[in-house]
Order: sequence, then structure tokens, then C-alpha cells
Amino acid sequence: MREDAVETASSRIFPHTFTIQEAGMVQTDKPVLRVLGLLALVAITVAILAGGFIILQTMQGSKILMTLFAVVWGLGSVALLFFVMNSVAQTMPRKIRSVAVAVVFAGPAVALLFWALVLPTLRTLFLSFFDATGKKFIFIDNYRFAFSDPIMLEAFKNNLLWMVFGTSTCVILGIMISVLVDKSKFEKFIKALIFMPMAISFVGAGVIWKFMYAYKGEGINITEIGLLNAIVVALGGEAQAWLLVPFWNNFFLIAIMVWLQTGYAMVIISSAIKSIPEAIMEAARVDGAEDITIFFRITIPSIMPTIITVTTTILIFSLKLFDIVRVMTGGNYGTNVIANEFYLRQFTYGNSGQASAIAIVLLVVITPVLVYNLREFRSRRTLK
Amino acid sequence: MKKKKKFSPGRLVVTIVLVLFILAWVVPSFGVFVTSFRDPADIYASGWWSVLPHRENVKTREITLPDDLDPDQPITIEGYTASFAEWREGIAVTDEKTMQWYGNKRSRRVDVFERKWVGFGANLTLGNYRDVLTGGTITFTDATGNTITREGNNFSSAVMNSIAVSVPATIIPILIAAFAAYAFAWMNFPGRKPLFVMVVALLVVPLQIALIPVLQDFTRWGLTGSFVSMWLAHTGFGLPLAIYLLYNYISTLPRDVFESAYIDGATPFKTFVWLVLPMSVPALASFAIFQFLWVWNDYLVALIFLGDRHRVVTSALASMIGEKGQDWHLLTSGAFLSMLLPLAVFFGLQRFFVRGLMAGSVKG
Repeated sequence: MREDAVETASSRIFPHTFTIQEAGMVQTDKPVLRVLGLLALVAITVAILAGGFIILQTMQGSKILMTLFAVVWGLGSVALLFFVMNSVAQTMPRKIRSVAVAVVFAGPAVALLFWALVLPTLRTLFLSFFDATGKKFIFIDNYRFAFSDPIMLEAFKNNLLWMVFGTSTCVILGIMISVLVDKSKFEKFIKALIFMPMAISFVGAGVIWKFMYAYKGEGINITEIGLLNAIVVALGGEAQAWLLVPFWNNFFLIAIMVWLQTGYAMVIISSAIKSIPEAIMEAARVDGAEDITIFFRITIPSIMPTIITVTTTILIFSLKLFDIVRVMTGGNYGTNVIANEFYLRQFTYGNSGQASAIAIVLLVVITPVLVYNLREFRSRRTLK
Repeated sequence: MKKKKKFSPGRLVVTIVLVLFILAWVVPSFGVFVTSFRDPADIYASGWWSVLPHRENVKTREITLPDDLDPDQPITIEGYTASFAEWREGIAVTDEKTMQWYGNKRSRRVDVFERKWVGFGANLTLGNYRDVLTGGTITFTDATGNTITREGNNFSSAVMNSIAVSVPATIIPILIAAFAAYAFAWMNFPGRKPLFVMVVALLVVPLQIALIPVLQDFTRWGLTGSFVSMWLAHTGFGLPLAIYLLYNYISTLPRDVFESAYIDGATPFKTFVWLVLPMSVPALASFAIFQFLWVWNDYLVALIFLGDRHRVVTSALASMIGEKGQDWHLLTSGAFLSMLLPLAVFFGLQRFFVRGLMAGSVKG
């Protein structure tokens, strides 16, 4: 099994795939009828696809009806497309049929990947060498902008804060909570509560935390309605507009990501901790090791691969982070990040060249993780 | 870890730390939840925690003083004597009781406050939800008593749009990815290996890299602002993870199944529809939940491709934050509405969701 599993799996099961002689769905005894039936099927499919699209584009009135139609039509067309393409493939000569069927199965996915991700990467790279309108070739000027403009430098600096403090806090809290709740009576309940924000959108979390940080202003007889300010006032402090405090406001935004992502770290790390063989722990305890020693000498080293995976995932996440900053401050007051600047360059300033350069920079920063993933994949092969 | 469960300082510290964590994780959402049911005027007047049971000075009665009383002399009320200024400030006659002159000297009224337990007595309302869901104009009273008229947010329409985007954008990629995963696992075709390596590489590619060219395509095809554009985009962006997860599962299905189907004369298509799909339900469900939450909660893709024509809940909520940053009754009820469905899906199907996460969630 050190061999390529992709290869072996299929040759094991379909040793003679090309000899599959079974008929397609529309096969009848007479070839003429068969071809006619197939043509009719293709025609109907095209009609449904095009007709549905036109109806959807022009539909007015009932929102519920429109939604229902959109759902049924969208799903129906995809299922129908696969069915028809397969029927066509089944009519192919025997020798190429198995490849034709494979193309029908994998083709749509591969085509979509090329259209949505592979080609856009190349097109974005291409655009990044052109000016705002995409007409004039200006070579690396956009990259010069990306690495020297004060706005970009500030965004880089803030992203670094997010990556260092956001990621480490998530991972450390994740480890802490999983160790503390391990084998406790309320483990399931506590974990569900910490994990819950994973189901909440960043925009929703934005509202939740904007309300936490709410600030009513200076003056007598003002009752703070934001919990954080209320606590600060109750402790004898002074209410603050937390999101306007230079530099530190970044940390108030990072807290939101920690709130959202710690659950993810906790769930993954917790399951890794549970898979450490009990015998090892037992042996260490028999040898008289303290809980602290066991934690640093056994638990942490055993779950190191998991910690690395979780850390890289959250690192990438914090690098691409957009929603929280966009919703909370719009990138103002010194809280700008790269992904927000990408959005501003493209959609506010209409400079696709600079935006593309920023996107390429993002990709380049992520490349080490991409390469690491590929090497991991090659070494595992079986992809278990 | 496997020690006797008896009281010790260590356990106490652990418990306190855990309670703090739980509070930090639950209280923010709970505050929004409570606020969404409070009267707009109340929201600005007091913190949401004031609806919780707590001790507060409650006015219990009024004393009307005789008309011939001279407020410029020391005033004696119920055995307590003080000047007008002191009465005006309020006097704590006992620990539990405070008396305070109401208004100016001519009012001749003293209010008696007593510290009492109050709780759950705040006037809660469903009006905020009605206001945020409607598409018409709404009126409400703010903290200072002004009546404010606003354009409604039409959140009900945003919820419908979100459903119209999310359901197909969840099922279409599953269908396409399942076909592809089956082909990658059990079929022979040229370019299979490099194509699968490509899928793995695309797992971590950031979305930003694709947004501009894909938007150019949609503009050229006249698709911007349509549901179809959202389905196409989310399908494309979700496919790497979908193929990867489903491949991991489908490639481990027992080969006997495929052999006997082959011997029985089933085409690959029939085998896929009648055997592979039903057997892969756990993996399909894992990805479905993952993708549904991702699409429902997505803001970036909706912002760029959908625009304002068919606002989904996230973009509706985001624009509310921008336009009505202080209308907390609308923001909180809108935020809670946007979380309702994902939270239901999450708590109902948590098991599948966690499994999907475990299988590798490095989404681009």
C-alpha cells in the first residue's frame, strides 16, 4: 500500500473496466430509435436549463415561489445533466466507453475547478502586472505598491498581530479547555457551548461584539448599555469607545476571532488527546509523574501533529480574515488588514491591478502550507 | 486525572476557570438574545442585564406634603428632618429605604423608594422581530421619547434569499463532487493522478485570488446579482474540500460491493446512484452541514457577486450595521434571526459536523 493508492484501488476493482458492455439508460433494440431518443433527451435538457434560467431571471412577485423554483430547478438541472451525459457516454464505442464514462463523472468537477480556481489564479497573476483598468502593462509597479504603501504596511502589521496573537490564543485556549474538561461530568455540555460560535456568521458575531463594546459617550447620567463598559464602570474605571483606541482596538477585534475559532481548535485537539493510549498515561503515573509533567512530557508531544494542523488552519484563516474587520471598523482607526485592502482596492477604488497584486501576495504567503499539504499527501498516499 | 473526586484547591481553580470560560462564551450571545426582545426605549435606557432578577430601588409610594409647608425651612417627613436641598438629593433613611423630593419646590411631593428584588418584569416584546422582518416603514420610540421612522430591512426577504442561495449551493457541489470522488477512487482515466494532486493543492488557495476573474466572467455573461452566479461560485470554491472529503470516504468502501454490482451487469452510473450514494450518507451529511454553514454565513462572496439585488442575511445584517449602527433593537433581532437556522442545523447534526471538521477543514 506504499504504492499509489489512487492507482491500485481502481485497478483492483475494475480490472477490465473497458469491457463493460452494459447498455446506457436509453438503449433500445433499434439503433435509430436509440439515437432519436437520445437527441430528444438532450433537447429537453437544454430546454429545461435555458427555460428555467430565463424564468428565474425574469421572475417577479412571490419570494417563496421563486425560492422554491430556484431550488428545484438548480438541483434538477444538475442531476439531469449527469444523467444525459452518462447516457451519451454509454453510446460510445466499447473501447473508449470507460474513459468516456470517467470523463462524465469527473469532468464537471474538474471543469468547474479550472474555471473557478485554477484559471482565475493565472488571470489574477496576469492582471497584477497591469494598471487599474487592466489595459496598460506596468510590470511590478503594483507589487511595489503592495510592499511600500503605508496603508499596505499597516495592513501587513495588523495581519501579523492577527496571525501571532489570534492564532496562539485560539490554540492555547483550545488546549487548555480540552485538558480541563477532559473526563469532567459536563464535558459534552461545556464543549458544545464553546463550539457553538462556529455556527454563527462573522457578521452575526460582529453584531454580538459591537454590542459588547457599545459606548454611549461622555456625560452625566449616562447608563452604559455595553457590557464591557458597564463592567469597567462598575470597577471604577472610565467607559471607552473600545474600537477607537489606537493599536489596542486590533486586539478587541482579535478577541472576536478567538471567540469564534477556539471551539474549532478545542474539538480537534480534544479528540487527539482522547486517542492517546491510556497505558502510557498509566505508566507515567505509576512512575510518579505529576499531572503537569504528564501534560508537558506526554500529552503535548503526542498531539503535536494535531496542534500543527490546527495552527496552520487558523493561521490561514487569520491571514484571509475579512468579515470581522469590514463589519466592525471598515478597516478604519488603524485596524486595516490585507483582505480588506484587497476589497477596497477592487471595489472602492476600482483598481484591479493593485487588488490582484494583493491577492497574489496572499497566495504566496500561503504557498508554504500548500507545499506542506502536498508533501503530507504524497507521504500518506492512502489519504486515510 | 483519574484521582478520587474530592474537594481540593486544584479542582476549585479548574472549576472557576471553566465557569469563566463558559460565561465568556455564552454571555455575549445571550445579551443579544435578551436585547432582541426588549422595547427599543428600554434598550437605550438600561443594560440588557437589568431584565435579570436583581435588587433595585423601586418606588413604592408618594407622599404629598401639605400646601402650607415652607420648603425653605428644614422639612420633617415621617420623623426625618432635612433641608430641601438634602431631600432633593434623596436621603437613605434606612439601608432599605430612600426618600427623595420629586421635581422643584412647588411639586410638594416626596417619593419613597425601597430596595426590592425585581426580575423578569421588564416589558418584553416581539415587536423588534416584526419591525426587522417587514419591508415597509417602521416607527419606534427612542430613548429620549422621539418617534423615529425608518425604512424596514425586509429581513424576511433576506432569509428567503439565503435559503435560495444556500440549499442549491450545498447540494450541487455534493452531487458533482461525489461523482468526481467516485471516478478518482474507482475509475481509470488519463490525468487522474495530477488532477487529484491539483484538488489537494486547491484546498488552501485563498478565495481572493479567484474573485476578480470570476466576477469578470459573470459580468460578461450577465449573471451578476443572480442566484445562479452564487451557486456557480460556491460550487467552484467548495469543490476541493468536497472532493477531498468524499474521496477519503468512497475509496474505503468495500470492493466486494463494486465487484458484485459489476457481475450483476450494473453500469457505473447505476452502481453510483444505487450503491455508492446510499453507502456514503455519513460523509455526504458531514460535508453538507459544513458547506451549508459556510454558504449561509458567507459574506464576502455574497457581497461581491450578489450585490444589493437579492440581499442574503449576512449582507442585510452588515448593511444594517453600517446604516443603523445604534438601532440595537433591529440589529439584535436581525442577528438572532440570521443565527436561527445555522444554530438549529448545528445542534441537530453536531455529530456529523464534527466528523466533517476532523476529516480536514482547510478551506480556501
